[in-house]
Amino acid sequence: MFKDLFRSKPKYVTVRPQKQTDHLEHSEKKEIPGGLWIKCDKCSNILYKKDLEKSLYVCPKCGFHFVISAKERITLLVDEGCFSEFDSEMKTIDPLSFPDYLEKLQKYQEETGMKDAIITGLGKIKGQEVVLAAIDYNFMRGSMNTVVGEKIVRAFELAREKHLPVTIVSGGGGGARMQEGVFSLMQMARTCQAAELHSKKNLLFIAVLTQATMGGVYASFASMADIILAEPGALIGFAGPRIIQQTMKQNLPEGFQTAEYVYKHGHIDRIVPRPFLKDTLANLIAWHRR
Amino acid sequence: MANTLVLDFERPIVELEKRIEELKSFAKERNLDLSEEIDNLQNRSERLKREIYSNLTSWQRIELVRHPQRPTAEELIELIFDDFYELHGDRLYGDDPALIGGIALLNGEPVTVIAPQKGRDTKENLERNFGLPHPEGYRKAIRLMKQAEKFNRPVITLVDVVGAYPGIEAEERGQGPAIAEAITVMGALRVPTIAVITGEGGSGGALALAMGNRVLMLENAYYSVISPESASIILYKNDDFAKEAAEKLKIGSQDLLEMKIIDEIIPEPLGGAHKDRVSMGRFIKEALERNMNILKGLPQEKLVSARYERFRAFGKVKEDKL
Repeated sequence: MFKDLFRSKPKYVTVRPQKQTDHLEHSEKKEIPGGLWIKCDKCSNILYKKDLEKSLYVCPKCGFHFVISAKERITLLVDEGCFSEFDSEMKTIDPLSFPDYLEKLQKYQEETGMKDAIITGLGKIKGQEVVLAAIDYNFMRGSMNTVVGEKIVRAFELAREKHLPVTIVSGGGGGARMQEGVFSLMQMARTCQAAELHSKKNLLFIAVLTQATMGGVYASFASMADIILAEPGALIGFAGPRIIQQTMKQNLPEGFQTAEYVYKHGHIDRIVPRPFLKDTLANLIAWHRR
Repeated sequence: MANTLVLDFERPIVELEKRIEELKSFAKERNLDLSEEIDNLQNRSERLKREIYSNLTSWQRIELVRHPQRPTAEELIELIFDDFYELHGDRLYGDDPALIGGIALLNGEPVTVIAPQKGRDTKENLERNFGLPHPEGYRKAIRLMKQAEKFNRPVITLVDVVGAYPGIEAEERGQGPAIAEAITVMGALRVPTIAVITGEGGSGGALALAMGNRVLMLENAYYSVISPESASIILYKNDDFAKEAAEKLKIGSQDLLEMKIIDEIIPEPLGGAHKDRVSMGRFIKEALERNMNILKGLPQEKLVSARYERFRAFGKVKEDKL
């Protein structure tokens, strides 16, 4: 079903959330056997899956935001059927020939139906053209490698050429991907430079930080947006909380590195609950139209 | 040097040198002529040094760059530049002692120099926070980079940093955004930029200062997305395999040169930079002069676009459907 949605020509389809994989540390959708019920990570209420789908995977009892896939995210944001994906076949060359990496990738590819951790493309949000990208936390924790970096760079370059705004929804909890070593590090450089060139044309870039945006993703393009939005409760930060706790022997304050915490310290513009995200983006984009 | 830390792989050399010393004093004491034997042993010692130091593993090189006597940024600056005025503060929060910067003269020409600063002993390391910068360090760097651009001064960075400091206050003051901005600002500077990885090139905290038109690297330095210890923890749940991870991550100068991540390797004196500081300073200075001469002739637009293209190239991917 998703194959139809993400081919090059926009086409109308209905989308239902797909079954989730279980590589998440936080906020995975824990299905109760039978598949009709899901337990909320935060309030532990047992939720009827159909209800949760209707509420865009936000817990109706406590407002907890479950992780959704990149495909679900794009479906949520673009006008029905108005999305044409770029570079859907792009794959890594495994630049370091890192042991067991290709096998690992294959497993994630089979589970998610994606070639790597990001979807980029041209979409319409309430009738307005925008270059849109979504990083998938379910694919190796949304870590940034050459494919993620290259697709973001191309997205910015295309947007610059066509004078379009860019919106990137990041769930880059893994930061820069270890298996591609220094090449992953270089994606921080490239994405920042591409964002900067786009910015110098006075074009709009909105980042939406979702569970989770850490390390090399947070310390590069995601922080360079004109407007930074975040979903409630998303983990946002540079160093992982465990690293801070272990290596520095510091106890962490309550709510450390949540969207609310980062907001309080002045690093993001607004926290936007999922049901309001599309309207917020649509308005902000409209008000920047020239 | 008597109180120099000896690394495990250096023991055979040290033992041989000890024997030579013993033999020398024995000969003097007894008034014997053992010069032939001493010469032989000294030749053997030279051969042994060459053999050991030219076949170092990735891990042994890491041990060398973490050597407590390795020259720090301050010492290198003194060796390389004619004069240096350190400038302080980020004008926002404070002055980070873990990252220094200022104006120096390279052969009489003013340049801006920026470098993380480790301590030479425990006391200094506590003052310098072990050379792990806070956001205010990166914001000071950004301020000095913009200042350099305003006055058309080239920017030279000397990078030896385990990483940006991972701490609560660092997060609260925006470690991620500070690094992102440093990458962006240095990446777009309209003046020549040269980065020299002089020791540890630790991830984003190093990249924030390494957006060079040229990226040079000392022979034994490393540059990596993750420390070998952390990689080992991720892969094997403990840090026993750091040596293996160091090989697999390809973080040494030779690998990085072959992958074109760096442009040039600056050779170190036999046994590492700390064995002969003066030569080390001279080698770095020569490399900086040579590269600066090439960059100085380029117009501003070309400097920016060439730097963009330099990093743009690190995105090789597969696009066929196979």
